[in-house]
This record gives sequence, structure tokens and C-alpha cells, in this order.
Amino acid sequence: MKHERLVDILQSLSNVMSTSGDESEMRRALRPLLAGQVDELRVDSLGNLITLKKGTGESQLRVLVTAHIDEVGMMVVDHTPDGALKVQAVGGIDDRLLPGLNVCVGKEQLPGVIGIKAIHHSSSRERLKAIPLKELSVDIGAENRKEAQRLAPVGTRVTFSTQAHPLGELIAGKAFDDRAGCTALVALLHEEPFPFDLYGVFTVQEEVGLRGARVAGYAVAPAVAFVLEGTIADDLPKKEDVGPTSQIGQGPVLTVMDRSYISAPWLLRYTVQLAEKLGIPYQFKQPGIGGTDAGAIHLTRGGVPSLTLAVPCRYIHGPISLLKPADLEATITLTSAALRHLTAEQLANN
Amino acid sequence: MNLGLLTQLTQAFGPSGYEDKVRALIQEHVAPWADELRTDPLGNLIAYHRGNGKGQKIVLAAHMDEIGVMVSHVDKEGYLRFTRIGGVYPLHCIGSRVRFADGTHGVIYLEHREDTSPSPKLTQLYIDVGATNKDDVPVSVGAPAVFVRPLVQQGERLISKALDDRIGCYILIELLQQVQDSPHDLYFLFSTQEEVGLRGARTAAFSINPDMAIAVDVTITGDTPKALPMAVTLGDGPAIKVQDSGMIAHPKVRQLLVDAARKAKVPYQLEVLRGGTTDAAAMQLTRAGIPSGALSIPCRYIHSPSEMVDSEDVANAIKLLAAALA
Ligand SMILES: [Zn+2]
Ligand SMILES: [Zn+2]
Repeated sequence: MKHERLVDILQSLSNVMSTSGDESEMRRALRPLLAGQVDELRVDSLGNLITLKKGTGESQLRVLVTAHIDEVGMMVVDHTPDGALKVQAVGGIDDRLLPGLNVCVGKEQLPGVIGIKAIHHSSSRERLKAIPLKELSVDIGAENRKEAQRLAPVGTRVTFSTQAHPLGELIAGKAFDDRAGCTALVALLHEEPFPFDLYGVFTVQEEVGLRGARVAGYAVAPAVAFVLEGTIADDLPKKEDVGPTSQIGQGPVLTVMDRSYISAPWLLRYTVQLAEKLGIPYQFKQPGIGGTDAGAIHLTRGGVPSLTLAVPCRYIHGPISLLKPADLEATITLTSAALRHLTAEQLANN
Repeated sequence: MNLGLLTQLTQAFGPSGYEDKVRALIQEHVAPWADELRTDPLGNLIAYHRGNGKGQKIVLAAHMDEIGVMVSHVDKEGYLRFTRIGGVYPLHCIGSRVRFADGTHGVIYLEHREDTSPSPKLTQLYIDVGATNKDDVPVSVGAPAVFVRPLVQQGERLISKALDDRIGCYILIELLQQVQDSPHDLYFLFSTQEEVGLRGARTAAFSINPDMAIAVDVTITGDTPKALPMAVTLGDGPAIKVQDSGMIAHPKVRQLLVDAARKAKVPYQLEVLRGGTTDAAAMQLTRAGIPSGALSIPCRYIHSPSEMVDSEDVANAIKLLAAALA
């Protein structure tokens, strides 16, 4: 896929509101992008968008590639007498990032602001402290509780309202975890058919416990699975020489072991050897950190050798993250190569 | 006691997810006695004994993996930072040696600490492979390593790294030879990734879909200075699991093991373990549920590089299981 088109898809998907458990907007955004590129498309009972791209028939393998369509955000849980919304986090959100942010409320995308008392009213000590989310509220300009309840009833989703845009060599936007992976999966599904049937699954509820992938993995019952992600790049200068987890510009980030699973060593070795051979940059994610849908998928049925390939993104789970399109492109190239060279013999021999 | 085999088993390199060397070793020893042998997608080794068609379908599980560490960063001076594979405690690490798959050895030590809390954090430890700078380090981020400690026999006691759960693997290897006349369809499951969350046993139990499952693993004892109350003593016989923090043993499985102990005239203990669990916990909840239990080998200093078991307990466990499966 052309660079411009790829960046365009990434930016448009980044702007979509799709917090865990309410991913309908992402499904709606994906359908036209997938039209004509897949042979089957269905939505399962949890909301996973399951597509099948039929293979050339050369290989009988059944391969799963996933990316999650949910993002971290917030949910309305109560209303104050003066018309503000009380919210709780959906997925892992850093309370320190919230005060003063613009947010988007509900399907109508009402603008909201996370209010905080004026600097004039806060002591210098208060200003040094993070305010927990439960003490913050979202102001949508409602007059009173009744109006707030009408505009944003309990259960309404709240997301960051960032619009994606280029930033020098980088792209800035919200929810690159995992719109980066979604973009990569869309690009893969636009390619020529693979030797085998490829199930491209856009999963739900990853951020709240790898839930969609668990049932999708069961339904697809693949022989091998690849999980496409946006992961933590913490490559800015540090006080101590103990990191980074990954770095922007160094290519796809391969998981060896995280908190949710251990990559099948043969699959990892195979992918690394391909990257070396084809001159595609790659890096290893610092082990022991985070988890991905592979954690759920590898344990389905009789077990599924799995590997996560991620695009390094700075400031994930915040209102604005940064990535380098070259990393996204290299992630697609490496995943595509790994898929196209995969054979049933490799599986049998490992 | 086949000390040679146990030495090979305990000294083999096999941190969770990287059990291939242990698997190859076990494969060699069970192949002559198994009717079928297969390795599944998560690396579990399954040795099958065909029954006479009138018995039950039973899984016996021992995990091949051991705890270890994995490199998470190589700094400019050539020191390695690491994360844990399974339940690794910082206090056990200091001064320990680790070995990587390529044979590289490293010493784990502790950086100077400003805080004087008794237990350091894992992030305050590093591995020294004797390198002078980053480029001189033979291993990279993502490389797994295991602790180094030989097997020693002292009287009836056996001391080594990785007795959790190579002792269980040893028992199953010996057991397979003794149950050649068993009427049951027996699946000797040498499982992977137990220490990181009972992962291998879960998928293997799904594909085998047995009538019953028994894990053979180690359990802690209450017979050391100021130990937490625990009615299990080293040398007093294998421990039949009543419950642990991950599962309640099925009463029928527990009774089967108690009856077998009486029949085989071997001493046994009953085990209630407060913290920790075994592959049986994962197998029990597979598919529509599988009646499961466990036979535990009493073991001191579990998850330290020097675990200690009693060889009589091991011999009695084999007798007990052979009687249960006869
Ligand atoms: Zn993600
Ligand atoms: Zn164990």
C-alpha cells in the first residue's frame, strides 16, 4: 500500500471513538476499507470483526492475524447536581494526564472539558500533586443534573478528542495502540492472496483483559497466530541506563516474553531470520512488560504458537501518541513476509 | 534411584517456554516404553500408553520447565538487567550464578542501595557476565537463563536446582516402565510453561480431553526453623493433595490415591497448601471440567537454586502411583 494511503488510513482510524465494549464506530470505519479485499466478513457475539481472505490453495494452514479495535477511555458513572459528569477509566489511563483535556462524549461526540479549579484557587502544594480521576469531572456545559443525565446517561463513553496530524517525520494522534496494528492489518488484507486462508480479526476488549481475542481464537482455531500492536516506545533520554522498552525508528518490535505469554521460540527465530535476510529492521521488546491478545490466543483449544509484532509508539494510552510511518511500513513488510514463507513443515518440525 | 538420570534431568536447561532440551532428554527415555509420542503446539511432550479398552483415560502431568531469568537490557558497561521467568525472588538471586542457552555464565549481584529495606527489588539487581562493555556481551535482550547448582545426594536427601519439577518428570519416566500392564489409557504429559501460569497443561488437557488428571509436582514443608504451619514433612511420604490456592482436589481422585497408598503399603501425608498450585488447577477447568488431583513430593526451599527432596518420598510416590494405575 502506498505511503500516503497508509498514513491516511492510520489518521482516519486514529480519530474514531472506540472504547472497550463499544467498538461499533471502528467496525463501521473498517467495513468500507475492507470491501472487496476479503471473501467473508462477520461480526461475532462479542463484536469481533472476523474476516476471511481465501488463500491460493497452496497450503492448508489456517492462520490468524489480529489487531484490537478498542482503545482506553472513560465511562460516565454519575452526574453532579451542577451538571458535570463523573467518570471512571476504561482500560489503563494515567490520571496525571487528564486535567484540562478536551474530550468527546458519547455517540453524538459532544465536546467536553475535564475541569480543574483555577490556578488562582489552588495552593502551590496542590499544584504538585496528581488529582485522582474520581475527583475530576467532565464539563459538557449542562445546566444541572437533569440535563447532564439527558445528554450523557450513565454508561456513556468518553474518549480523547485528539485529531491526528503529521508532526515532522512523525504522525501524532490518539489510540495508536492499536490503530497502528489495525492499519497494518488492513494493509495486509489489501495484499494479494496468501498461500493459505488468512483470518484477519479485529478484536474487541483487549484493553480490559484480552476478552475478544479469547473467543475469536476459539472460533478460528488457527495453527499459528500473529498479533499486530502499537507498543511502548520510551526512547527519550533517561536518568538510568536500564531501558528502553522499544525505540521509534528501529522497526517492528518483537515480543520474546511479556506478562501474558511467551512467543513460540521457533516462530520468533524464523521471523528474525527473515528480517535479517530481507534487511528489515527489527527490535526486541524489553521482556516482562505488558500483555497482548497473544496471551489469550495462544491458550485457546490445543494451543496456538503466537507472535506479537508491534509498531513502536511514544506516549501510548495518553491523549496523544507519536509514531514513525517507516516503523508501520516495516511492520507490515515483515508480517507479510513471515506469512508468505510460513509452511506446514515448519510447524510439524517444531 | 537412578541418580544418573536425575542428574541429567535437573541439570538440563529448561526455563519456561524453552523446554526443548529437557523434552529431548525425556523423549529418549520414554520412547521405548510409550505406544505413541507427540509434541503439541505449545511444546508439551505427550507419551501415550494404550490400555486394554476397559480402563479410563487418565493424564499424569509433570512440568518440564523451571524458573529462570531473561535479559531485559544490556547497559554501556556490559552489565545485564533482567526480568523473572516464574516465581524468582530477589533474595535468592544475590550471589547466584545463571547459565544461558549458549553456555555463558553470569553472576547476579546487587547494586549499591540507598534504601536499607531487607529485600531488594529485582530492578536493583544485575547480571555480570564478565564483559568489559556492551559489545563484549555474548547474549542479548530476550535471552533466557537458568540458575546453576549441581545435584548432590547426601544420605536420603537430594539437593539441586530445578527439582521443581524435574523430580516429577523423573517419577513419570520411572512410572511409565512400571505400568505397562495398566488397563487404562495413560497420557504421560510432560508439560511446558507451568511456572508462568499453568499454560502448557491447559492446552494439552484440552486436546487430550481425559476422564481424570493427576499432577505430580513438589510442595512446601513445615519442618524447617520457624516455618509457617504446614503438616508436610520431608521423608514422611508423598503428599496427597487436598487443596491448594488454585484448586480443590476432586474427592474421588484424592481417595483413589489414599487407597493406592494403603494397597502399596507406603506412607503418605495429606496436603493443604496455602499459597501455590499445580497443573492440576488448569486441567480441572478444561472443557466441561476434569476430575483432578495431585501427588506432591515434599520439598524444602522451593524456587531457590537449592531445592531439597527425600529419595524415599520419591520411591514411594512411584509405588503409590503404580498401585493407583494398576
Ligand atoms: Zn494494544
Ligand atoms: Zn512445580
